[in-house]
Amino acid sequence: MTQQRILQNGAAEVAQAAAPAVAATASAGVDTPNGFRLDNSGKRVVVDPVTRIEGHLRVEVNVDSDNVIRNAVSTGTMWRGIEVILKNRDPRDAWAFTERICGVCTGTHALTSVRAVEDALGIAIPENANSIRNLMQLALQVHDHIVHFYHLHALDWVDVVSALSADPKATSALAQSISSWPLSSPGYYKDLQTRLKKFVESGQLGPFKNGYWGSKAYRLPPEANLMAVAHYLEALDFQKEIVKIHTIFGGKNPHPNWLVGGVPCAINIDGTGAVGAINMERLNLVDSIIDQLIEFNDKVYIPDIMAIGSLYKDWLYGGGLSGKSVLAYGDVPEHANDYTDKNLLLPRGAIINGRLDEIHPVDHRDPEEIQEFVTHSWYKYGDETRGLHPWDGVTEPHYELGPNAKGTKTNIIELDEGGKYSWIKAPRWRGHAMEVGPLARWVIGYAQGKPQFKEPVEKVLHDLGLPTSALFSTLGRTAARALESQWAGYQMRHFFDKLVANIKAGDLATANVEKWEPKSWPKETKGVGFTEAPRGALAHWIKIKDGKIDNYQCVVPTTWNGSPRDPAGNIGAFEASLMNTPMVDPAQPLEILRTIHSFDPCLACSTHVMSEDGQEMATVQVR
Amino acid sequence: MARRVLVLGIGNILWGDEGFGVRAVEAFHRRYALPEHVTLLDGGTQGLYLVQYVREADDLLVFDAIDYGLAPGTLKIVRDGDVPKFTGSKKMSLHQTGFQEVLSAADLLGDYPSRLALIGCQPLDLENWGGPLTEPVRGAIAAAVTAAHDILLEWGVDCVLRAEPLAPELALLKHDIDHQSYESRRGADAAGEWRD
Repeated sequence: MTQQRILQNGAAEVAQAAAPAVAATASAGVDTPNGFRLDNSGKRVVVDPVTRIEGHLRVEVNVDSDNVIRNAVSTGTMWRGIEVILKNRDPRDAWAFTERICGVCTGTHALTSVRAVEDALGIAIPENANSIRNLMQLALQVHDHIVHFYHLHALDWVDVVSALSADPKATSALAQSISSWPLSSPGYYKDLQTRLKKFVESGQLGPFKNGYWGSKAYRLPPEANLMAVAHYLEALDFQKEIVKIHTIFGGKNPHPNWLVGGVPCAINIDGTGAVGAINMERLNLVDSIIDQLIEFNDKVYIPDIMAIGSLYKDWLYGGGLSGKSVLAYGDVPEHANDYTDKNLLLPRGAIINGRLDEIHPVDHRDPEEIQEFVTHSWYKYGDETRGLHPWDGVTEPHYELGPNAKGTKTNIIELDEGGKYSWIKAPRWRGHAMEVGPLARWVIGYAQGKPQFKEPVEKVLHDLGLPTSALFSTLGRTAARALESQWAGYQMRHFFDKLVANIKAGDLATANVEKWEPKSWPKETKGVGFTEAPRGALAHWIKIKDGKIDNYQCVVPTTWNGSPRDPAGNIGAFEASLMNTPMVDPAQPLEILRTIHSFDPCLACSTHVMSEDGQEMATVQVR
Repeated sequence: MARRVLVLGIGNILWGDEGFGVRAVEAFHRRYALPEHVTLLDGGTQGLYLVQYVREADDLLVFDAIDYGLAPGTLKIVRDGDVPKFTGSKKMSLHQTGFQEVLSAADLLGDYPSRLALIGCQPLDLENWGGPLTEPVRGAIAAAVTAAHDILLEWGVDCVLRAEPLAPELALLKHDIDHQSYESRRGADAAGEWRD
């Protein structure tokens, strides 16, 4: 039996354990180097698993007598075997494996992988390939952000059951007051409400089954809830259009094709039909999908964020590290093969200790910058006071509970955060715990004073009547994702136009195969590829020897955000974001879900929970 | 117009027997040629993102690893109304969306398939990162392919037996992740030793 099952079965058993409350040891609190006071003397709340996320995450918090969170512990499973699977394989196929790590970031992992191999082998890609890759990456960004907001996160703010009591006429008036989106008539909302009622009455809550419906932590009036549920369904229908872009350029979806040296699609502008090379017919389809997604962002997603934001604008918890330490690798190169800061349209850099006036450069190759620690992770290093750069990464499992853990290895009741307590390693940038993701990118873009980031942020804050500090919050993270979806749509328009102009100018190249044959490669080489995945900074480090993969390490965004403590005692972004949040009712941990979901976590990159009864409602234990 | 049929394999090929569904649809495709109105899909762990394919289908056949509590490698076929019950306990990758939720979402959008069949295989080991299918599960693939053929025949689909199994380079999964290449490499074998 492996640890993953232990965690999951352990979770199921917690509820039945009925362990008597153990008197917590009093503690005056501990100050972390990154500015948080941790006090674990209050009652402990265990949420396991955190639902509606990718993978398995468990959160334990201590609340004080006013139910304010004073200590936070997050632990998760994380893919940790890719280096073993890829060892000795062909570097040109690595993307196909990394695409399978996870059901969500498929294309982003593939892009990161081909970039790592190209970096190692010194392969330059054609300009058209750069534009097409950007179109695919940005399409994934928009798709992921929309699906994340509507299908995984909105229900932390929106009460589906309340929507059943909305007045369709008033809902229509509300919708028309905030947007010119055409699907907004009273009849439309009435039909939708009837359909929803029928669905709920049939007993199948389906996608809505994991909710604390009726909780006082929900603040929207029934009409706003009904409007949001309508958009939930519209987004579910619309997302299928966005992924057609992956089918067009990647040949198929799911699991589109990628290629070291460029993109796998040829261009034949005079061709016809839906298969074979890219032709005008298919470019026209891409063109029309871009128009549609821009319209969806402008008329549905952004207005919804503003409507929800206006009703929760005094709920500004969850900032965590976002106002202190954030990291972005940058992405979306304007021109091919130039990964310097000035050529990347998504910002790059590191901010530490809240110094927004100082953006540090980031170098993936510098062994002193990005390092992973395992002091509090279930792995073993020779010297655990030190971190390892990913090129020298070691992944040796070592599962043991800390001395103060409650329960057993197969049935954890309470973790001991003083010992090892997570399968996630702790990556640090020059020793600092960092937040990554849309908010990190937008904070950096804002701090750099780039108008394309600064102006939309200022407009949102102004329209909601909020100060700049409000950006550093759960709501800020959710709003930054929406702004980024909108931004990405406009960039898709830019790269589409650029691609078409280049084709019209006679450049049809989509791949560089000069160094395709391994005999043209050096005997030994190494490289790094990076992207900004929807949920944050992602990089793959590869070592190639004799034409085969010698080592492959991925540091994924949720490793940064979901990391446990490090040897210096810094807490990671998830843990930091939960600190000092008041809970309405610890038995209904909506506030915890809301903040953790705002990161769009993606943990195990594949997990399988086999609860016998199919019940996936989180077990919440308050003791 | 011919009914639209979707033959879908789901699961993660990197996780031991979790790969059954995808490997079964891959094997089915290598063995049979299908008419235009039938779509074969390696759904991987796409969860909710599969909803559009399910919505388009009049008839849906799913291969998946399902924990029925039976002997490893045992195939169990369930139909229509019973399908959601069995797919409910199984969480796919996309944010732990069970296939049941994908079906629910299709229903909520007003496009539920009219005929459903699930060919489930009892896994032995779902936790072997990077590992191959276990012997009993690998051994069940041929029978699963035959079962799919019989169900499709009953649905009026003409599956044409190929003279030779389709070459791996023409199969559903390429780039070294087709079943044979994936499992025959040293990396995959070494992954077994890596277990806790």
